Amino acid sequence: MSSHDFDVVVIGGGLHGLSAALHIAREGRSVVVLERAWVGRHASGASAAGVRTLGRDPAELALSLEARHMWHAIAELVGDDCGFHSHGQVRIAESEAEIEKLERRVALIQGLGYRHEELVDRVELRRLVPALAPHCMAAIVVREDGAADPHRTIIAFRRSAEAAGVVIHEGQGVVAIEQRAGRWAVRTSADAYVAPVVVNAAGAWAARIAAMVGDDIPLGTKTSMMIVTERVEPFLGPVVTAAGRALSFKQTDKGTLLVGGGRQGIPDLDRETSTVNLQEIAASARTVCELFPGVSDVRVARVWAGLEAITTDMVPVIGPSPQAAGIIHVFGFSGHGFQLVPVAGAVVADFAVRGRTDREVGALQAQRLMVQRAAA
Amino acid sequence: MSRQFDALILGAGPAGMSAAIRARALGLEVAVVDEQPAPGGQIWRDIERSTAHGRSAALGSDYAAGAEVVAAFRSSGATYLAETTVWQVEPGYRVYIRRGNEMSILSAKTLLIATGAMERPVPFPGWTLPGVMTVGAAQILLKSAGQVPDVPVWIAGNGPLMLLYVNQLLDAGGQVAGILDTAVRANRWAAVFHLASALASWDELVKGIRWVSRLRGIPVVRGVRDIEAVGESKLEAVRYRTENDIDGAVTTGILLVHEGVIPDIHLSLALDCRHDWNEVQQCFVPTLDEWGQTSMGGVFVAGDGGGIGGARAAGAAGEIAAYGMARVLGRLTGTAAGAGAAAPRRLRARALAIRPLLDTLHCARRQVTAPADKTVVCRCEDITAGTIRAAAKAGARDPNQVKAITRCGMGPCLGRQCGAIASRIIAETLGRSMVETGLSRVRPPLRPITMAQLAALGDSKT
Repeated sequence: MSSHDFDVVVIGGGLHGLSAALHIAREGRSVVVLERAWVGRHASGASAAGVRTLGRDPAELALSLEARHMWHAIAELVGDDCGFHSHGQVRIAESEAEIEKLERRVALIQGLGYRHEELVDRVELRRLVPALAPHCMAAIVVREDGAADPHRTIIAFRRSAEAAGVVIHEGQGVVAIEQRAGRWAVRTSADAYVAPVVVNAAGAWAARIAAMVGDDIPLGTKTSMMIVTERVEPFLGPVVTAAGRALSFKQTDKGTLLVGGGRQGIPDLDRETSTVNLQEIAASARTVCELFPGVSDVRVARVWAGLEAITTDMVPVIGPSPQAAGIIHVFGFSGHGFQLVPVAGAVVADFAVRGRTDREVGALQAQRLMVQRAAA
Repeated sequence: MSRQFDALILGAGPAGMSAAIRARALGLEVAVVDEQPAPGGQIWRDIERSTAHGRSAALGSDYAAGAEVVAAFRSSGATYLAETTVWQVEPGYRVYIRRGNEMSILSAKTLLIATGAMERPVPFPGWTLPGVMTVGAAQILLKSAGQVPDVPVWIAGNGPLMLLYVNQLLDAGGQVAGILDTAVRANRWAAVFHLASALASWDELVKGIRWVSRLRGIPVVRGVRDIEAVGESKLEAVRYRTENDIDGAVTTGILLVHEGVIPDIHLSLALDCRHDWNEVQQCFVPTLDEWGQTSMGGVFVAGDGGGIGGARAAGAAGEIAAYGMARVLGRLTGTAAGAGAAAPRRLRARALAIRPLLDTLHCARRQVTAPADKTVVCRCEDITAGTIRAAAKAGARDPNQVKAITRCGMGPCLGRQCGAIASRIIAETLGRSMVETGLSRVRPPLRPITMAQLAALGDSKT
């Protein structure tokens, strides 16, 4: 076997690529990760790193709950706690109509047999989040949710993957994928690698990789913006989201405040960069000031945006290509992929090593998106 | 403010003011934005008030000369926005400003960055202790508040600004306990070769010699390196070693440090303009054409922000840029602009003649640009040079990646202080050039704003 022959080529050195590579390598397979820029360059490094099961689409809920178990023992997987803290996540309601919306949500997942989302009243909400503006009336709480540190997580997954034997090549973008004697030849800007199995974990550029093997999977681009502030005294435990607003708000271990929530910047896939839309991010800042009046005078340190893929139904693609044997897709996390990192890699390993999975991913197959396009 | 200016000038120092005066004379609609309450920039800071109070005499004749330029600027007809902070610039050109808590966006057809220089960050063990400050910060206190330290100060460093400050401090009744001269002594011999060409700026030379002569009677330790500030919770003593391996120490509660000035390139970086590395001045400079135009058409840089040249060169560069902007806007033909720019170009060349001598004499030693492992480089996040070096050794070659791994540059100073040093350490560790290595990406806000101020942007009109 030459140094360019592997059991699996993983395209994309973000967290999902690293997790897939780690799980596959732990099954004894040889893996190379090809990363165009550097590990964690885009969505992974720009993530708010929320570890949230709250509000998940039923299509990905089973995976998300399994991932939560994995997060609570994340050091067993990657040798570091990744800065994960289980301070909970809350989704607040500011009106009667929003309370009803939250009630319907809890009823929906209880109907599916899940009990982890809990509706709390104003008193309990104030106890959990004392800094919250008093007009907030109720919330859904998931106490075992939380948040991690994205950069620590990237470093931990990278080190574990390398320790498991994964070869990581940074600065090598994939330019072509060709079939060669029943295997895939993946050509990069610098070299070529051959393997029977190729994992497409190319994030915002995943549709371009899919097209190289003949899969026409429509994807949009998400450019979620974030605000981080200077450090302030600890005052906030849980991650706060809102039923009626685009918001995710948390305080990190360092004391900085992190504001996300999905307001969109301006993507540029070809230049591999994104630009902040300041008028839009200003709306996020206003939401924070309204819900947490105490942070009005906290200084903003940085504003940024990350690039990732978004699907039409807002849940990811995790599974084999419907027509190209040996290609496994894992992308399209649509703004909420961080929490799924440990489990999505395990699913990919199931497919890469055994050709099948017992995990519940039927609703996450690429066909659903491709059929829609055929019908359109 | 919905009007679109022909030329938006950022900075009201020698370059910005000269550009505004000339651009107005050429008939352009001009706005000038500046952080200070009055025009003058760093060199002529607070000159109107100082002149009125008779304090400017103590600050030297160059300082007094600024009063004329300020007066001409005041009557030029340019829209002048004082105490206004630029916190983001976007191609097109949109400039996000803050005045108090008021947020607004200005738009312009051409942009002139005239934000000048910043002091070279000087990290060394103990530099974050209270009691250690830069000469530049001390000079601001002297100029704007007339504040003179009440005890004799120790000064460590080298460069024209340091000499100027010593002169200004002595004139204002202050005392210097001693100077730890960090200039590399070998540079003196190298500098001799530039002496002849420097004679074109003979008056500058005379000025420098006069400044140096004022040091007589002040203890000066030459060839100082390995400076360390020592103290429990504040500065108590300064330890050092000389080039001849002699250890020394002085007891002091105030240490002023200075290792020269470098272009403040935050705005040209934010616009993603091309930059080159100047090996002699040990800093990045925006790549400029003969008009001072950057790689991004319509964006100009004049003054120290385009490479350290001092106030006279800056004023001339401002004028040249004004002709350049008029040319880009189609108000002047290339020939007419060239004819107009001829005189300021000659003036600028003459003012820059002394630079090779000064740059060689005061070339920053490696310890400053790439400090030893234990030295804190990023004071916001408390990241040492060793941490950055380790990240580079582990394979991180992009400053953005090093930033992500180490948190260096993630604090409220937005990497302005540590960015170039981190890149230098990465470049050295990996044996790459500074241009190859580059700097980490500049993110808004370019100046701190609060959450409420950012929120207020949503209500602002363009």
